[in-house]
Amino acid sequence: MAVLVTKECIGCGACEPVCPFGAIEMKDGKADITVACTQCGACIEVCPVGAIIREEEAKVELAIDKSAYKDVWVYIEVVEGKPKNVGLELLGEGRKLADAMGVKLAGVLIGDKVEGLSKDVFAAGADAVYLVEAPELAHYSTDGYTATFTDLIKTYKPSVILLGATNDGRDLGPRVACRVGTGLTADCTGLGIDEATGLVAWTRPAFGGNIMATILCPEHRPQMGTVRPSVFKRPEPDYSKKGEIIRVASKVKAADIRTKLVEIVRVCTVACNLEEAEIIVSGGRGLGKPENFCYIEDLATVLGGAVGASRAAVDAGWKPHMHQVGQTGKTVGPKIYFACGISGAIQHLAGMSSSDIIIAVNKDPDAPIFKMADYGIVGDLTEVLPILTEEFKKIKAG
Amino acid sequence: MEIIVCVKQVPDTTEVKIDPVTNTLIRQGVPSIVNPFDKNAIEAALQLKEAYGGKVTVLSMGPPQAKDALKECLAMGADAAILISDRAFGGSDTLATSYTLAAAIRKLGAYDIILYGKQAIDGDTAQVGPETAEHLGIAQVTYASKIEVTDSLATIEREHEEGYEVIEVKLPAVVTIIKTLNYEPRYPTVKGTMKANRAEIPVWTAADLTVKAERLGLTGSPTQVRKIFTPPRRVQGVLIQKDTAREAVADLLQRLSDAKIV
Repeated sequence: MAVLVTKECIGCGACEPVCPFGAIEMKDGKADITVACTQCGACIEVCPVGAIIREEEAKVELAIDKSAYKDVWVYIEVVEGKPKNVGLELLGEGRKLADAMGVKLAGVLIGDKVEGLSKDVFAAGADAVYLVEAPELAHYSTDGYTATFTDLIKTYKPSVILLGATNDGRDLGPRVACRVGTGLTADCTGLGIDEATGLVAWTRPAFGGNIMATILCPEHRPQMGTVRPSVFKRPEPDYSKKGEIIRVASKVKAADIRTKLVEIVRVCTVACNLEEAEIIVSGGRGLGKPENFCYIEDLATVLGGAVGASRAAVDAGWKPHMHQVGQTGKTVGPKIYFACGISGAIQHLAGMSSSDIIIAVNKDPDAPIFKMADYGIVGDLTEVLPILTEEFKKIKAG
Repeated sequence: MEIIVCVKQVPDTTEVKIDPVTNTLIRQGVPSIVNPFDKNAIEAALQLKEAYGGKVTVLSMGPPQAKDALKECLAMGADAAILISDRAFGGSDTLATSYTLAAAIRKLGAYDIILYGKQAIDGDTAQVGPETAEHLGIAQVTYASKIEVTDSLATIEREHEEGYEVIEVKLPAVVTIIKTLNYEPRYPTVKGTMKANRAEIPVWTAADLTVKAERLGLTGSPTQVRKIFTPPRRVQGVLIQKDTAREAVADLLQRLSDAKIV
């Protein structure tokens, strides 16, 4: 497809500012679409004279028999012998896709001695588990896991693959997609089926969270995407559910893995396990100085929650990046999110807007964060937070 | 040490605003910048060069104006820059972009390490680095915050959700760099800026690369943007403004209790 300007263009310039990619220039009194165009079609809708059209290009014939690709797969990332929440969250979403497509849902378990986790995968809704176990696969490695995953795809031909957009998921996904020559939509926050085509419609934030884009992968298989953690709720486990374990022998040899994991340093405490937290207390530049993070930490401790930080607070060096919530940090979806001294820049909102309840504390009544908070307190953090902490302590004790 | 850094010119997404009436992106007045994470990668490259000697070459794929981004990298201290630009590359997704970059890197010849920022702030995909590594058939380490090299073995600290990993990899490899104090980008010197302004930046088109036309640009891109829209807004709730903090907290707790949240 290509987006073209026809000779009906009246040069009104209505299309120029709506292009999210700056790909329209006015040239000789007509709109000119430049190479930056991604065919999103935003300009087509605003053209008052219908002079911008989408032209179907001759399709390149691909040697892909799309009908051979069927099921929906979810990659189950395992850390320290436990499945990461995001894998289970995606089984819930994968179930919906598989049901809509009339196909099976399978979990992909790669590791060493991970068969026992199959019950969790079935309990979250999978019909089958593809299980690859080998000592070489005990820890994640780009080479070992890419080779294993690609081998599974080539043999069993899934139509759709969902991976968590974790650091390892975002390391593995592109490598696998590139090896099998398909598309990968990154960091999705919405999944559905495109009614017109029956394809998976992958929706994701772009431009720092300012816009959402829905992406399709029409001619290539499998359709792949990484999905941000905590966007979807984990399904209630039903351990009465059973499924089929498809055990596949590993072909990976130690020599195939070009990286060597020398050491794992875990500096994370409960306070920075943001993805799995039910309550998060986050602080921003409004705290005024790094020492004031103690108010955030005290409240988080009383509530048994995690500590988050805005990009501004992380950039200022007040908290390590591990605590950062937002488009370039972590995505979170707790039951309650406290935003304290956070103005509410769009890139922060992109990381926490799926929280159930948002409570904002800020001294500026015009802070954008109040526009999306369920409850907002206008006030001085150093006064409000200690009282809030004290009151929650009383509630807990009572 | 031959060091290649791939950079992208991006709109400064922190300056982008949404028109409240039309609900569309306002791009006017939004400056084009070097992707911030790519600047961390340039800094890492310059530090590697300072420690181990060699040359830093910067590559960018984009429209002609991306030369400005390359000049900024030269001003920071990179030795050479090449722009990869052709209408045929327009509409490339990550697979087509990485395919094109890999072809340019092959044309450059020998390399020890290829650096990327962890992701670009306009697309945030974090895919082009790993996919380039795959096209070139070399190893990758993503989310790096520190690189040390002994002979041709790199020891890399790789960030993960709960801390970091120490990974050894034999070069050549692709390494993507996070924002880190270790690689806080330096400011260009006056001399560097003057040199960069005078620099001629070669432009490579599709004809200069060994590539298959059907794998370039839109045609070579498996993913297609179906639609673009502004994110749904949450509805504003209650705003509590009281004379004292204690009253405000009491009011909040009452409301939370009424709503059975606490």
